[in-house]
Amino acid sequence: MGNRTPLYDTHVAMGGKIVDFGGWDMPLHYGSQLDEHNKVRTDAGMFDVSHMTVVDIDGSGARDYLRYLLANDVAKLDGNSGKALYTGMLNEQGGVIDDLIVYLRDPGYRVVVNCATREKDLAWMNKQAESFEVTLTERPQLAMIAIQGPNAIAKTKEVLGIDWTAALDALKVFESVARGDWFVARTGYTGEDGLEIMLPGEDASGFWRALADAGVLPCGLGARDTLRLEAGMNLYGHEMDEETSPLVANMAWTIAWAPEGRNFIGRAALEDEKAQGVKHKLVGLVLEERGVLRAGQQVLVDGAEERGIITSGTFSPTLGYSIALARVPVSVGDTAEVEIRKKLQPVTVVKPCFVRNGKSII
Amino acid sequence: MSEIRNELKYLSSHEWARLEEDGTVTIGISDHAQDALGDVVYVETPEVGSTLAAGDEAGVVESVKAASDIYSPVSGEVIAINEALEDSPETVNSSPYDDGWFFRIKPSDVSELDNMLDADAYRAEAEE
Repeated sequence: MGNRTPLYDTHVAMGGKIVDFGGWDMPLHYGSQLDEHNKVRTDAGMFDVSHMTVVDIDGSGARDYLRYLLANDVAKLDGNSGKALYTGMLNEQGGVIDDLIVYLRDPGYRVVVNCATREKDLAWMNKQAESFEVTLTERPQLAMIAIQGPNAIAKTKEVLGIDWTAALDALKVFESVARGDWFVARTGYTGEDGLEIMLPGEDASGFWRALADAGVLPCGLGARDTLRLEAGMNLYGHEMDEETSPLVANMAWTIAWAPEGRNFIGRAALEDEKAQGVKHKLVGLVLEERGVLRAGQQVLVDGAEERGIITSGTFSPTLGYSIALARVPVSVGDTAEVEIRKKLQPVTVVKPCFVRNGKSII
Repeated sequence: MSEIRNELKYLSSHEWARLEEDGTVTIGISDHAQDALGDVVYVETPEVGSTLAAGDEAGVVESVKAASDIYSPVSGEVIAINEALEDSPETVNSSPYDDGWFFRIKPSDVSELDNMLDADAYRAEAEE
């Protein structure tokens, strides 16, 4: 038996097909991954993401600590309580230890990191915290539910009732609002509008069932993966890891170079890499022939000896053909070839983002 | 609980085979297999007219989640493929034993079917 979220019994009761996910017993789907995917693109679906790790960071040194720990700059959040920032947490070599979202609380900060990387993240964060006046508090008692889709916020409002209406109406993208132990953020991992809500574990099942009654479809981690891939969002361990720099993982926009005087972990390595010229980049691939691109398949690029590699691939339910993210030599042109079962298939090379707000953007 | 039909023969790699009245053998994947794969989005079948030996790779079934090779349980010539799967691969999920069949073989040695699992033996394997 793996770790279980406060919603485990609810998933089983609602027909979730439970699989092991990084040591957690999680629902893969509740019948059809495709139906769940399409529901999020056209209406509203919800995901149990309580396995993710929530850490509150407090103390007089919290801001300085995070400005040193993270490649993006939490100074961008100053004065905007509730605002969120996406960033990498790098090692000295410029590799990505994890990607995470940091929220400005009032006072202090909250970070949400991946579940598969929890132990090494906490070890690293605690080690770096030794030189700062900060306390790190994990919040394992919180559940987390992501409600995503064009109707997600409207349906969540129905459930939360009049007390929350004004706050949710005022909530902008990448902002959050907290009340007691409830923390509501307008963030997500699907390319749709929606919310990620942290709440006390004991409230999770009742809230989940109320959302289902309001027409929000329970979705498993299978749909979460096809949705994030269509949206061109990175998955830790696939698009980036400790050997991959954010500069080759389509995360250059998350590195805050200014101000020049800010020393963050990995900065020197990234500056060297930039000076020498970045050799790889993350692109999107589209296969309009029949077949499915999969992680690990090799990508042949014109004019480059070295082969690229698919980091994530799937059939795209929204587009009706296969798409992938791939790390390839920077010389890549508009087309490439992928080796699928010893045969070379032509693919189109696009920006690493395929679907936003229900529509193809290829 | 997935359906396992008593009149069919199975491989532990989850293909089923049915001896038709005209002496040909129809092959598909089991209900247990389609359930484990999830939504099927692409099926690659062998070419009509090609010759397969028992145990040969005969095609691929791809779901949203994973790709899985299909093996031929008997030797012989491929005489038909289920062309409807090209446009409606999801038929493998909704009707694995009937409309979702993959291909049909004219067997060179029909006794090879005896090497396959019967329903009870397959049930025991699938339940493990």
